[in-house]
Amino acid sequence: MHVIVNDEPRELPEGATVAELIAALGLGPRRIAVELNREVVPRLSYAQRQLHDGDVVEVIHFVGGG
Amino acid sequence: MTTHDDPFVLAGRPYRSRLIIGTGKYRSFEETRQAAEAAGAEIVTVAVRRVNITDPGKENLLDWLSPERFTILPNTAGCYTAEDAVRTCRLAREAGVGTLVKVEVIGDEKTLFPDVPATIEACRILVREGFQVLPYITDDPVACKRLEDLGCAAVMPLAAPIGSGLGIRNPYNLRIIVEQSRVPVIVDAGVGTASHAAEAMELGCDGVLMNTAIAGAGNPILMAEAMRQAVEAGRKAFLAGRIPARLYATASSPLEGLIR
Repeated sequence: MHVIVNDEPRELPEGATVAELIAALGLGPRRIAVELNREVVPRLSYAQRQLHDGDVVEVIHFVGGG
Repeated sequence: MTTHDDPFVLAGRPYRSRLIIGTGKYRSFEETRQAAEAAGAEIVTVAVRRVNITDPGKENLLDWLSPERFTILPNTAGCYTAEDAVRTCRLAREAGVGTLVKVEVIGDEKTLFPDVPATIEACRILVREGFQVLPYITDDPVACKRLEDLGCAAVMPLAAPIGSGLGIRNPYNLRIIVEQSRVPVIVDAGVGTASHAAEAMELGCDGVLMNTAIAGAGNPILMAEAMRQAVEAGRKAFLAGRIPARLYATASSPLEGLIR
């Protein structure tokens, strides 16, 4: 299935979860947050939350800023 | 009097340092960390941005500025609507650094002045959602009052446009804001050099937030130290109570006992 992650198309196996997406991106335990179709995904539900074809995902972290 | 006798209480938590620093524009994470140390900062602001998924990189800012050591204050820089600012804060909270947020909703690209109605709207929603909200706002006493009344944990009027280094453009407005506020007043943006930071504190502000003045200095670490001393000196001068300004001289030495 196709999902959009940070504006880029991404191919994932059917039924992949948010946790699997994060692992596939190589992000590991870094301090990140995930939004799925403009709703924040609670970090405790990453392993249960399944993605669907056409989903739009944002993955953020903190960078230097004022 | 030491900084231990005069804690800066923000959102219920006491701090020794009244200098909050931004973490943008440094040449490296190492330099950012050194500046934070030299500034004596206990609170640092950060921005919320997309992870570069094609090249996530190995290091993260928070590997250098540990949330165990520093209070991390995520900002909503770059947001032009209340909706985007709220969305950014919700994401920041889920990234696990707490509920303290710096809300800025920009109204104009050139001046980066805040959009006051949109800032108020964003803050109202965020306070309701349980955030501890620190709004970047114009040096406008009425706007500051509105933000305080709706439950913001502090108000952060600007001294001058972000990154301008112009210093305090309207000390009289800041004095009114300080006088009327029951929440901390933190001057945010526009400081260029140490005397500006001292002036903000002498006016009775509770703290100063700055980024470019340190990160953009020729020697950022030295400037961070200068800013720490300026904020401390300004605070002490405020607490000490300055002499009134007079137009004419008053002699410091006794007039009696002069030789003839």
